[in-house]
Amino acid sequence: MKEKAKVLDKDSITRIVMRISHEIVEKNKGVQGLCLVGIRNRGVYLAKRLAACIKNIEGADILTGALDITLYRDDLALASGQPLVRKTEIDFDINGKSLVLVDDVLYTGRTIRAALDALVDFGRPKSIQLAVLVDRGHRELPIRADYAGKNIPTSKDETVEVRLEETDSVDEVVIIEKGQR
Amino acid sequence: MSWRRKDLLGLEELTKDELELILSTAESFKEVSTREIKKVPALRGKTVVNLFYEPSTRTRVSFEVAAKRLSADVINIASETSSVKKGETLIDTGRNIEALKADIIVMRHNYSGAAVMLARNVNLSVINAGDGWHEHPTQALLDIFTLKEKLGKIEGLNISIVGDIAHSRVARSNIWGLTKLGARVTVCAPKILIPEGIEKMGVVVTSDIDEALNYADAVNVLRMQFERDGETAFPKQLEYFKEFGITNDRLKKARKDIIVMHPGPINRGIEMSSAVADGAHSVILEQVTNGIAVRMAVLFLVSQANEKMKNNENVN
Repeated sequence: MKEKAKVLDKDSITRIVMRISHEIVEKNKGVQGLCLVGIRNRGVYLAKRLAACIKNIEGADILTGALDITLYRDDLALASGQPLVRKTEIDFDINGKSLVLVDDVLYTGRTIRAALDALVDFGRPKSIQLAVLVDRGHRELPIRADYAGKNIPTSKDETVEVRLEETDSVDEVVIIEKGQR
Repeated sequence: MSWRRKDLLGLEELTKDELELILSTAESFKEVSTREIKKVPALRGKTVVNLFYEPSTRTRVSFEVAAKRLSADVINIASETSSVKKGETLIDTGRNIEALKADIIVMRHNYSGAAVMLARNVNLSVINAGDGWHEHPTQALLDIFTLKEKLGKIEGLNISIVGDIAHSRVARSNIWGLTKLGARVTVCAPKILIPEGIEKMGVVVTSDIDEALNYADAVNVLRMQFERDGETAFPKQLEYFKEFGITNDRLKKARKDIIVMHPGPINRGIEMSSAVADGAHSVILEQVTNGIAVRMAVLFLVSQANEKMKNNENVN
C-alpha cells in the first residue's frame, strides 16, 4: 500500500462543495422540497457541508439525513472485514421531496443501488438525484451521478481514499496503490 | 472488532468487546422498528427455526418479530406438537432441521447445557433462548441495552437483582454481562433461593430488600414461579410480597431516579405492586421493544459469522 498521488486538497474540496451546491439549487430551481441524505460515513459529512453552503446561498435550512446501507448490501457474505451496522437517521418524511443522495466516491454503483433500495423503504420521493465528490469509473450497474466533483480515471488495483476533517482531521483525496500481488 | 461466533450460547464466554459490539449493533437496528416499512433485507432467503421445548410466548414472539424484520423466513416448532413427543433426541431433531437447509435454530430447552450440545453437533447457528437454570443471553442483553439507553453507560452502575436467583437463567446471564461491563451487582432473595457460591461470580449477596434498593441505579425484579408449588402457593405469595415485593413505599427510600425492570410476565402483587409496574420508574415495556433490536442484532451477527466461515472453508 502506498500513496500514489494527492488528487484533491482542502481548497479544491471546498470549491467543489460550493460548485455542487450552486448546481443543486440551479437544477432544482430553488430549495423548495429539497433534502439531502448522506451515505455513511463520509457522505454524511459532505451532505452537511452542502446543506450549510446551500443555506448561505438561499438562506434556507435544508433537511439532512444519514443513511447506513449495510443491511441492503448485495455482498454481505463476500465482504472481507465484517461490516459494522451503523445508524440510519432520517428524521423527516421523504415522500414527495426532491432528494439528493450524497456519497464520497462513486465506483461500481452497488452502494448507490443499495441506498436506493433503502430509501424506497422510507417512502416515495418526487425524485432522487446523486451527488458525489469523486467519480472513479468502473461501473457495474446502470447508475450515474447528477453532480460529480471530479472525475478521476483509476485502475481497479488502486483505491481512492477521501479524507475529511470531520473524521480524518484533514481534507484531501488520495489515490492509493495496492501492494504488488 | 468483529464477531466470529456462529452461535450465541451464553454471556459467560463473551468478551467485553463482543458484548459492546452486540449492544452497538442493536442500537442501529432499533431504528428499523420505527419505520413505516419495518423491514430490511439483511437475512432475506435465510430460514430461522424457533425450537421451543418449554412454553414461551414473549421470547418466541420477540425472536419471530426480529427475524421477520430482517426478512428471514420463520418456522416455529413447539415440542408438544413435534416428534420430540415420539422420543426423537435433540441431536436428531437438530440434524433434521439442518437437512431442511435452515440457517439458524433459536432454542429454548429445560436442560442446562442443551444449547451447547446442539451447537456442537450441527453446522447451522444456534441461539440460546434459555436453557434450564443456565443462561438466557438475549434477555440479559436486552436488560443491559435498556440500562445503557436509560443511564448512558454500564460501568460503575449499581444493579440489584431481586427474586429467585437459584433457578434463574436470567439472573445468571445478567450477572455475567453486567460484571464484564464493569457494573456492581447485588443479588437479593430469601436465603433458600440463593445458590451456594454465587459470590464467586463477583456479586454482593443480601436477603434485605431495603439494602438491595439502597443506592441501586436499577433493580431487576425476577419472576417468582409459585405456580410450580401447587396449592401451598397462596400464603407463600403474600409472605413473599411482604418481605421482598417492590412497592412505592420501598422505592421512596431508594434513589429518586431508580429504574425498575422485569423480564415478564409480571405477577402483580407478588414481585411488585401494580403501582410500581405501571409507575414512572418502570421500563418494563421498553424492555420488550428493545428485545427486538437486540435479537435482530444477534441473528444478524451469528448469520454473518457462519456465512463467512462457510466461505472460508470453500476457499481453503
